[in-house]
Amino acid sequence: MLPVPVPRDIPLPLPADGFYLEPLLIVAFIAHILFVNLTVGGAVYVFLLQLWSRRRPDYAVLARAVAQTLTVNKSMAVVLGVAPLLLINVLYTVHFYTANALTGMAWIALVPVIAGAFVLLYVHKYTWVRLAHRPRLHLAIAGVAVALLLFVPLVFLANVSLMMMPERWSSVAGLWDAVWLPAVLPRYFHFMSASLILTSLFGVGYFGREKFVQQAGFETLTAPNIRRFFYRIAFGTSLGQYVIGPTILLTLPADGLNTAVLATVLIGAVISLAPISMMWLELKEPLAHRTRLLEISVLLTATVLCMAMGRHAYRKIRLAPHQRAIANATEQWNSDSSQAAFNARLRSELEASGRSVGQPIFEANCMACHARDERLIGPPLTEIANIYAGNPDGIVTWAMAPGKKREGFPQMPPFEVLGKEKLRHVADYILQTAAHK
Amino acid sequence: MDFPVFHLDWLNNRGLIAIIAILHVVINHAMAVGGIPLIAYLERRGVRATDGTQAQQWDRLAFRMLAIFFFVTTTVGALTGVGIWLSAGLVNPYAIGSLIRVFFWAWFTEWIVFVTEVVLILAYYLSWKKWVGTKKVSHVKLGFGLALASWLTMAIIVAILSFMMDPGSWGTDRTLLSGFLNPLYLPQLAFRTPVAMVMAGAFGLVVTAFVTPRRSEIQAAALRAIGGWMLAWMPLCLVGGYWYATRVPVAMKAQLPVALLTQQLAQWSHGAITVLVGAVVAIGLIALWARLAPRTLPRVVLLVPALLAILLLGTFERVREFTRKPYAIPGYLYSNGFRKADYPILQRDGVLAHATYTRVRQITSDNEVEAGREVFNLTCTRCHTVDGINGIRAVVANMYGNQPWSVSALDAYIGMMHNARPYMPPFPGNGPERKALATYLVYLQNHADTINGAQRDGVMVLPRPRRLADGTLIIAQ
Repeated sequence: MLPVPVPRDIPLPLPADGFYLEPLLIVAFIAHILFVNLTVGGAVYVFLLQLWSRRRPDYAVLARAVAQTLTVNKSMAVVLGVAPLLLINVLYTVHFYTANALTGMAWIALVPVIAGAFVLLYVHKYTWVRLAHRPRLHLAIAGVAVALLLFVPLVFLANVSLMMMPERWSSVAGLWDAVWLPAVLPRYFHFMSASLILTSLFGVGYFGREKFVQQAGFETLTAPNIRRFFYRIAFGTSLGQYVIGPTILLTLPADGLNTAVLATVLIGAVISLAPISMMWLELKEPLAHRTRLLEISVLLTATVLCMAMGRHAYRKIRLAPHQRAIANATEQWNSDSSQAAFNARLRSELEASGRSVGQPIFEANCMACHARDERLIGPPLTEIANIYAGNPDGIVTWAMAPGKKREGFPQMPPFEVLGKEKLRHVADYILQTAAHK
Repeated sequence: MDFPVFHLDWLNNRGLIAIIAILHVVINHAMAVGGIPLIAYLERRGVRATDGTQAQQWDRLAFRMLAIFFFVTTTVGALTGVGIWLSAGLVNPYAIGSLIRVFFWAWFTEWIVFVTEVVLILAYYLSWKKWVGTKKVSHVKLGFGLALASWLTMAIIVAILSFMMDPGSWGTDRTLLSGFLNPLYLPQLAFRTPVAMVMAGAFGLVVTAFVTPRRSEIQAAALRAIGGWMLAWMPLCLVGGYWYATRVPVAMKAQLPVALLTQQLAQWSHGAITVLVGAVVAIGLIALWARLAPRTLPRVVLLVPALLAILLLGTFERVREFTRKPYAIPGYLYSNGFRKADYPILQRDGVLAHATYTRVRQITSDNEVEAGREVFNLTCTRCHTVDGINGIRAVVANMYGNQPWSVSALDAYIGMMHNARPYMPPFPGNGPERKALATYLVYLQNHADTINGAQRDGVMVLPRPRRLADGTLIIAQ
């Protein structure tokens, strides 16, 4: 079993206490993920609706309307991503950058992949009329954009999972290793389902309006049709989340779970029962009204908040021992580093003033018993220098654990406490002093 | 040392950042910071036009320009902006991690301005055809509001860029304010602002040439207007550029009291000024041409200012990046990712002894090449590759030619290279590591090698050395 790496943190203070930064991270992240869901879910809908439009031409009109919303949603998704990225960078500097580096190619590929997907979505949107006679090509453009977008959450989930599993860092080299980490794939499907649910509810509210349907000019589609269409997908996918959610809980390493985390997540799951049954009630009505949409949205937001808090708490608990080890290692490093800097400066100053580094150590520890030319309590330095000429380490070995050589001399106490480094300076000083006069 | 070493052995890590960053800065300056006020100005020309057809033509040109700029800024522009960050996090996490700690609240403010900018550009673009008639005046105002937001995002980020050249009193204070108000901030902002405006004009000429009918009345009028726009900002470019160029060497001189460096810097800034002034003059002449005789301007010539502007800005960014060497944050962090304050302990104990991720902890007589390779990986790869861009093999060959390279010569050179090459940081490791590195470099004379980076080879975690109470380091075998 390889040791878990304990890197040192960047030794600059955090911009504020975690107490303030963590809630900010949770809120900023939810705002970001909301638009990401609408972008990914919206792109999937555009593709599917256009695909289904062969059987039902009205779906092409709906697809085009969904495509229009992507212009705003995708830009908001990117710009709102900056704050959580910034916050996770300061709160989990070591963990985040490490995960990024270990999945480096995929991580940097996000830039061309997302930019490429956005370009294709624009091309798709603006060639709606021009490519009408080549429906397959037009659909393929959306298909490639969706495929690119589906890759993105995989990279992010691999990263946020890898960052909270330092014990796996030495066994991951590249994205595909990280994808198989515990819970990454279930979380991916959890996210995709959430995207579908959210976009569907957005669809109920936005495209299920009578006013929209009047302007859009459908052949047969009515507002209740559209509401029912989106509600059914939202309802079915929501049921699926009750399978995916527990799978995540079961596959995650258990050492980040405690009662508080479980309770938070369970409360979220229990709350979600209400909006999902409301969706069912809406579906049962002949006109599939959207009278309960506000309640559904509010309650689902509460669920999302619980899940985001639970997820954050899990990461915090799981990483707490590692964070502490990092803090200790950083503190130790700073102290060792400044001690080494002090020693180096002292040495150069002593050398500049013509004194050796060993001299003050000798004067503080040895001078009471040893003089240069005469015996005080121990033998003189000249005699020591004769025995150890060219062998300063011999003096170090002796001073660490002195034996008894001479009659009539008291036993020398061991100077192990000074350490080899200092004793070596003393030895150099002894040999030097004995040689020059 | 504390992060897995991401590395691109052909493109070079700096190549990655350069591609993303230059793409971003060109798009940002030409199509956002300068582009939006230019579009708002053209839109306003339409509003002010007395003739109905003319008004419509101005408006259509402005909208088409916005459509193109919107298309590019909200895709490649936005993603390369995030991309600078992602790539910097891979290439030098020590630098970007430190910058984020210092500038967190500046960046956070930046984010708020940034959100405002995106909301405004969405509103500006999507409402163009809806806010007509009496609402048109408000729409122009919206455009100028957006221009202000775009400029503010740049005004904040420039503080961080100039901090990386000269942190000023942050060296002692370590506060956000002293970092933000660093000595190079205002000169650089004074330079970038008019440059962005002129660049927008240069790109505007190209767009006008392609979206308006050839030799039409509106084309001539628009070229004349944009030429005038560029000429109006040009003098400010020169003033800002002069202020900035005079401040760069002064600031760097204070950092590094090496006489040689002063000489070299003078050369750099001299070369930079020549390029900047040359390009600005050429752009100015074409702008003048557009102003005075727009109908005689061939299409090809209209491309020149845009291309020169990219060259100008690219050179400018490169010089900026180069002059801050050997540091990433002057006086604090070297460009190799090692903090200046950590040099004494590293030069005493060695980098291998303290690295979190290393395949070699201790150098022995039979692992010198392997150890030297790891030292290269840990201390040189932020700027050098083996055989790619800025490849070390070519650098050494350039010095010693084809004769057999010598370990002792290289060992000695590595120890003093920061004096001979002032843009190089001092070697952070200890004596045996220096020798191992020299041995590896000599090995490279006759052997091919590629350093894959942690993203392909993963990392190795060896037990850390123990430190005894007396300070001695015990390395487990």
